[in-house]
Amino acid sequence: MQPLVCPSGTLPSLFSAEGFAGIIFLLTVFLVISGAVIAVVSKRLVRAVAGLAVCFTGLAGVYYFLLSPFVAMMQMLIYVGAVSILIAFGIMMATPEDKITPDNKYLSKLIGPLAGSVGALFFAGFSLLAVKTDWQVFPEHAAADGSIKAVGMTLLTTHSMVFELISIVLLLAIIGALVLARRGRN
Amino acid sequence: MQMVLEILNLYNCMSTYLIIGAMLFGFGIYGLMVHRTVIGMLICAEFVLAAASVNFMAFSRFLAPEPAMGQIFTLFIMAIAAAEAAIAVSIVVAVYRNYKSIDVEDLGDLHG
Repeated sequence: MQPLVCPSGTLPSLFSAEGFAGIIFLLTVFLVISGAVIAVVSKRLVRAVAGLAVCFTGLAGVYYFLLSPFVAMMQMLIYVGAVSILIAFGIMMATPEDKITPDNKYLSKLIGPLAGSVGALFFAGFSLLAVKTDWQVFPEHAAADGSIKAVGMTLLTTHSMVFELISIVLLLAIIGALVLARRGRN
Repeated sequence: MQMVLEILNLYNCMSTYLIIGAMLFGFGIYGLMVHRTVIGMLICAEFVLAAASVNFMAFSRFLAPEPAMGQIFTLFIMAIAAAEAAIAVSIVVAVYRNYKSIDVEDLGDLHG
């Protein structure tokens, strides 16, 4: 029988640190799934944003398990702390009172199952691809040691051009957001 | 018992993370088609970006030669997503001021 997980030598005991880490990992995955379901299914936008925040909190845990605590911290700061709050403010400023309009069109009855099957097809296809493919590990593969040093070195040497461009993009985003939000106000 | 221990070892396996990414992508596509407001679609677009980040991180953790590459990509995706969210929310506010609605059905001025 094909093993459920990748073979990694010995399996951890239930009452060891690795077993406890496995339980924590299952909890983070549960957070990701439940948050995504809440965000996608709920009709009210405030609940969708709450689901987004829950999902991204769990995703920060997943990043932690991928040996990059710095990215996990950035996930909490940027997504949970900034993007979710930004979208929540957008909802507060731009949501009409009677926002749940009744589905009166023929198409809107059809769109639910159609979208569900498309999403399920994407999920099934990518999952099958992930499981069936015989992934080759690069010969000089080295997992991250979890320190910020490697990230900083790569960011300021190999990817310094992109780093600078990102700062320009962020500046333009700030100016553009200000201009767009100000226009139309007397 | 063996089964339980294998489930507890899931976090050492690349396909777990790839399946999480695929699931986030599927949810994002589903939500993009189902949600009828611009902000709802923005939320679901964030899921698609997060799926890409998870895949980059997983490949970097398990396969890639350079240890920090996936983290760099994820940080760039985060910056782009933050910029995108800021612009999108300000566009939504401007649209709401003009149309008094954020339902995509009502935003049909360019409809042929």
